[in-house]
Amino acid sequence: MGSNMAEQHPVGFQWVIEAKERGATVMHVDPRFTRTSAMADLHAPLRPGTDIVFLGAVINHIMSGRREFTEYVRHYTNARVIIKESFRDTDELDGYFSGFEQEDGLYRVDSWGYAGTSGELTAGKREQTGDVSGDQAHGAHGMKLEHGEPPEEDWTLQHPRCVFQILRRHYARYTPEMVEEVCGVPRERFLQIAETLCRNSGPERTGAICYAVGWTQHTVGVQMIRAASIIQLLLGNVGRPGGGVLALRGHANIQGSTDIPTLYDILPGYIPMPHPTSRDDLARFVELNGPDTGAWGSLDAYVTSLLKAWWGEAATADNQFAYSYLPRIDGDHSHYPMMLRMLDGRTRGFVVIGQNPAVGSANSGLMRRALANLEWLVVRDMSEIETAAFWHDSPEIEAGETRPEEIATEVFFLPAAAHTEKDGTFTNTQRLLQWHHKAVEPPGDCRSDLWFAYQLGQRIRARLAGSPLQRDRPLLDLTWDYPLQGPKQEPDADAVMQEINGRHADGRFVSRYQELRADGSTSCGSWIHAGIYADGVNQTARKKPGREQNWIAPEWGWAWPGNRHILYNRASADPQGRPWSERKRYVWWDADEGSWQSLGDVPDFEPTTPPDYTPPDGATGTSAIRGDAPFILHPDGLGWLYAPQGLVDGPLPTHYEPEESPVPNRLYAVRASPTRQRFERPGNPYNPADAQPGADVFPFVLGTYRLTEHHTAGGMSRTVPYLAELQPELFCEVSPQLAALRGLEHGGWATIATTRAAIEARVMVTERVKPLRVQGRTLHTVGLPYHWGRKGLVKGDAANELLGLALDRNVHISEYKVATCDIRPGRRPRGPALAALLSDYRRRAGVGR
Amino acid sequence: MSATTGATRPPQRSYHGNPVIKEPIWKPEIPWYFFTGGLGGGSAALAYLAELGGHEQLARRAWPIALGGIGVSPLLLISDLGVPHRFLNMLRMFKVTSPMSVGSWLLVAGGATTTVAATNALTGRLAGPARLAKPAAALVGLPISTYTAALIAQTAVPAWHGARRELPAIFAAGAAASAGAAATIATPVRHAAPARRVALAGAAAELLSVQAMEQWLGAVGEPYHVEQAGTYARAARALTVGGALLIGAAGARSRVAAAVGGGMVLAGAVCERWSVFKAGLQSARDPKYVVGPQRERVDGGRGHGASRRALDGRVAEGAR
Amino acid sequence: MSERLRTHAWPGTYDGEAKPRMGFFTDTSICIGCKACEVACKEWNRVPESPQGFTGDSYDNTVDLGANSWRHVAFVEQRKPLGIDAAERSLAEAANLDQLVAETGLQTYQEGDGLRWLMASDVCKHCTEAACLEVCPTGALFRTEFGTVVVQEDVCNGCGYCVPACPFGVLDQREGDGRVWKCTLCYDRLKDDQEPACAQACPTDSIQFGELDDLRERARARVEALAEAGAERAQLYLAGDDDGIGGAGAFFLLLDDPEVYGLPPDPVDATRDLGSTWAAAGVAAAALGAALAAVVLGGRR
Repeated sequence: MGSNMAEQHPVGFQWVIEAKERGATVMHVDPRFTRTSAMADLHAPLRPGTDIVFLGAVINHIMSGRREFTEYVRHYTNARVIIKESFRDTDELDGYFSGFEQEDGLYRVDSWGYAGTSGELTAGKREQTGDVSGDQAHGAHGMKLEHGEPPEEDWTLQHPRCVFQILRRHYARYTPEMVEEVCGVPRERFLQIAETLCRNSGPERTGAICYAVGWTQHTVGVQMIRAASIIQLLLGNVGRPGGGVLALRGHANIQGSTDIPTLYDILPGYIPMPHPTSRDDLARFVELNGPDTGAWGSLDAYVTSLLKAWWGEAATADNQFAYSYLPRIDGDHSHYPMMLRMLDGRTRGFVVIGQNPAVGSANSGLMRRALANLEWLVVRDMSEIETAAFWHDSPEIEAGETRPEEIATEVFFLPAAAHTEKDGTFTNTQRLLQWHHKAVEPPGDCRSDLWFAYQLGQRIRARLAGSPLQRDRPLLDLTWDYPLQGPKQEPDADAVMQEINGRHADGRFVSRYQELRADGSTSCGSWIHAGIYADGVNQTARKKPGREQNWIAPEWGWAWPGNRHILYNRASADPQGRPWSERKRYVWWDADEGSWQSLGDVPDFEPTTPPDYTPPDGATGTSAIRGDAPFILHPDGLGWLYAPQGLVDGPLPTHYEPEESPVPNRLYAVRASPTRQRFERPGNPYNPADAQPGADVFPFVLGTYRLTEHHTAGGMSRTVPYLAELQPELFCEVSPQLAALRGLEHGGWATIATTRAAIEARVMVTERVKPLRVQGRTLHTVGLPYHWGRKGLVKGDAANELLGLALDRNVHISEYKVATCDIRPGRRPRGPALAALLSDYRRRAGVGR
Repeated sequence: MSATTGATRPPQRSYHGNPVIKEPIWKPEIPWYFFTGGLGGGSAALAYLAELGGHEQLARRAWPIALGGIGVSPLLLISDLGVPHRFLNMLRMFKVTSPMSVGSWLLVAGGATTTVAATNALTGRLAGPARLAKPAAALVGLPISTYTAALIAQTAVPAWHGARRELPAIFAAGAAASAGAAATIATPVRHAAPARRVALAGAAAELLSVQAMEQWLGAVGEPYHVEQAGTYARAARALTVGGALLIGAAGARSRVAAAVGGGMVLAGAVCERWSVFKAGLQSARDPKYVVGPQRERVDGGRGHGASRRALDGRVAEGAR
Repeated sequence: MSERLRTHAWPGTYDGEAKPRMGFFTDTSICIGCKACEVACKEWNRVPESPQGFTGDSYDNTVDLGANSWRHVAFVEQRKPLGIDAAERSLAEAANLDQLVAETGLQTYQEGDGLRWLMASDVCKHCTEAACLEVCPTGALFRTEFGTVVVQEDVCNGCGYCVPACPFGVLDQREGDGRVWKCTLCYDRLKDDQEPACAQACPTDSIQFGELDDLRERARARVEALAEAGAERAQLYLAGDDDGIGGAGAFFLLLDDPEVYGLPPDPVDATRDLGSTWAAAGVAAAALGAALAAVVLGGRR
């Protein structure tokens, strides 16, 4: 679900084909019939944005039929944990959880916690008012538990306030009938899928769920993924071979750029970015962000080692290992708020690397207006992409709304090297890092991003050299000494990896994260990657053929953490440490050896902690995790059916309609996610939704997506003749019924409009797009791939022009996957007539600019 | 691309209506060459036979016509080549499986002998070599007139391959009609009686052989009746019949009538070649002509077993 | 494979230097239409781009095989009234979950929800009886030691005869170049024991490269397995020894009749009729001579 794996991950899809050849059933739930659906045993088209109804109904199907993997659920999940009495579910509050504050549109999350935990549990969350980023924004970092166990539990799962019962009540209204009415999936088809999932689970069998940006790009994207996790935990499909929830990333190495992040609010290895609250107090930071128990219990060692890696000798116990050098975040600096600050003239400069917001961001026109408000803009890419060319070639200039002379932004275009022209790693979906060697030198002035970052640092440091100012110390004290090599004097990527791996004080390489210390005796650039250079060997460059090792292939590349291929693999054994079945044997306890054994993976449990281990009072870190609690990254070692903290929009996935949707929420009075981020401002109007006046002006559902033949916003594919010719023009996919309704001609042109923009596309009439029967009406979908822009060998309008900004507040991703629109035959008007068309739409819809 | 408003595409018996085989890429030089080859080859035979029969005036005029026809042919062929300067590669080998290879050698032989023959006929020189060259030119001229039919018949183009037995007859008849008509034009009427007879006989044979081909081909012959091929075919028939009637009625009395009639028969022969050429292109372009007969063969159990299905655990032949 | 198809058996060719006959088995049932084969082929062989614009023919904007496209992925969208849709309501009324789950496995390859989206990567067939090779007057087309059919670009003079001779429409003349071009089965790579570029790039192994004998064995097992799984129309195409082209070096597993993919259902090597064609031309030439003699000489009497 939420993934078009065959088209977007064709290389990985070979394993799906292989699984199918061995008898696996492949089911695809997706609005369109894609190349993935073609290869699936079954395809169910569902209305975009209704995935939680579908998944919730699967949860209901499992629980009402007692189909869960009982022993797994009782021991390995938090089903038995009793939640605070003050917690109120959406059933009682008609769509809200307890703690909602209408004023700021945010939740106070105190009431969501485990019963018996103090206010401390969510103390750091006070910071979240007004801004959820920063301290404790991620997962379970801050939860405090005595010796790793929740205070109140009911192993019979009968207590009305235990997670299991809350879950059952929460999803009781998610019925097959509701799936039919809300998602447009016939209930028989739903039952077929739910039942197939159930039957493919248990001790003998496992099933996997794959998702991609079809889930993440929603106002409720995080909760869609959470819903899948709940299903997999209930069915016992986590930590076992063939199980899991697989995040198929948006493109190559997105996983890597999250692990060692290009994100504004986390440090390498998912360590939260400090917030001003902790001031210069490292201990306070650790206390706010790290639980005492579980693998995060050693946060002090991870962050100290990181500081040592970055500032080396300058990081000492006396200066709290230069903790004060770390930048602090004071608010939401995610992509869209940043762009809007640009629009308001509050951001002056912008460096764009590997991104093309003039095509790839929602409401692209607004993005370009923001770029036009900058003093300077640096774009590093392999060709002059639309973001670099916005000042002389844009839809606004074409329409006569602005002229190059009126744009003051100074644009610097720097040529970048391609991945074939540099050394480095790709991290793919299952955390596997694979080294790639440079094949050719980059041409001309093209340089790697590493070269650019290194040189930028060098030059800034040279300018600051000798500065007496304390604020310049973080830059001047950086360990910024990488060997340069080759004709282009590129920094050695291998040396960077060595820094990421980390060293002991004596220079030896760290071999696992458990070796990291908080006393400054170790350095490590990213704790989850500790061991990536173990024994002085680039572990990611290992390429031992599959036929020369077992099927887990531990000697191909390297998976973080500690080359564990399946995370939480303790769950592949029963509570007593025996394999659940011979067929699914993976990790087990060997009493004779007194240690955990595996088929070939690295057991991700303390190697000698027996299954019957009970932590003593006062235990911390992983020694506070019970012998039958596999989820070692959580402070309680349990899989969270219910998330007591870490999320801002609720502990349980709940269906809310997308920001723009033609129908009301059939499940609750609350229509759309109460915490979603909206930006009511000129240039970002929203189409009226549901039954609001003017909603009928945009009666169709719009979805954007990609094609195999192109790469994201097209900068790397529209410029390559062999790729460009494969999909040369923007087209919209419509059903024969919609084509008949609107007089659209196959192969002709159509204009697609929202309150933000109108674009034109060639028409592809296909039965692969189906009208859905939803809440008593027929709903039509318009599908638009988003690869085109004004540059490159093949050109076309950018589909993202149409979208408004509506974000999931957990992660600030915009709702690219669903909006409403109108479609009419013929090409869009040019010049002032285009603005007139849009004004007319807005007037009819009753919205402002 | 078909414009289909809101409707789904028709059930597919072809792939989006695209051609299955490639349309021949030959340029207009080729149908013209069919004509000049026939004219030249036929004229050489006519010239030699006229000499044998003592029609000196006729022979003296037919030899240069033969030389013209045979001489211009290689130029047309070279001009049609994708890489004209590699025309000599045609003589790298002799392949009986390739009518084009055979034809290249025929043209070499025909060109050499006809040049000697015509030189002798016009100037009286080279009498010695001409004694051999003249019968040789006549003998080579005959297959030059017909091998082009074999050439196009040895393709996957249904309208051509299906007519592989009839096309040589049409081309031979056309060659006779052309040679006769050209000589009729060139020769004073009192010396041109054999030429007129050849023209008339050739024209009659051409009309009959085309008729026979159409009878024989049935549905496969449809491309000969439609679009440009049909237009050419109708023009060919009208010109040939008209020209023949004119020659027959007045060719023996009036030089003008003979010339006009001869011209019409020549034009008819040209049109007939163009009709054949265009019919080939048309049948290659439309998948129904390619797939239809093949599917009939398969369904009728006369297929060659390209597709095999798995039935009862073994791979079986044929059936749909 | 029958003896006469083996590379060493071809007369006057390689004798002791003949290699096992190599080829492609394209299993279209697992083709995901990614077109990596098209791109890899062009990259390796430096085939020029061939932009056709937006065709509307499903996701196919390559259109056909030709001088500048040696691999072509076909896309066919079909309505298919099979599987659960047909019986949906009755199944629901029965509320029989067992039956529902059993039905899940019915829709096997490139189909689902009453739709089928066939994808297939087409390529030169490297026929045993290759009409293109037979009719080539210059010998530019030749049979390699691997049993494949290759155009020598330094010999071809662009006469164009092979273009209509091919029953599959594979060869075509390159504009601005004049010569004909087609798949070489990566002759250069084969000489270095490398797999052809398309097969190497294919992520799902829809394109399999190997010795023809092995490939045929694999293909037979595969089509039988598919038939057992309910793919009624699954068929092997050009996998035999005695079809109209004497078997192909590149053969296919199709899920529907060949013409649906733009392939001829009963291709025949036109030069099989060589004898009768030459006979007809010879008879016609002789008749022409006789008739002329009769008319010219007979008229004197």
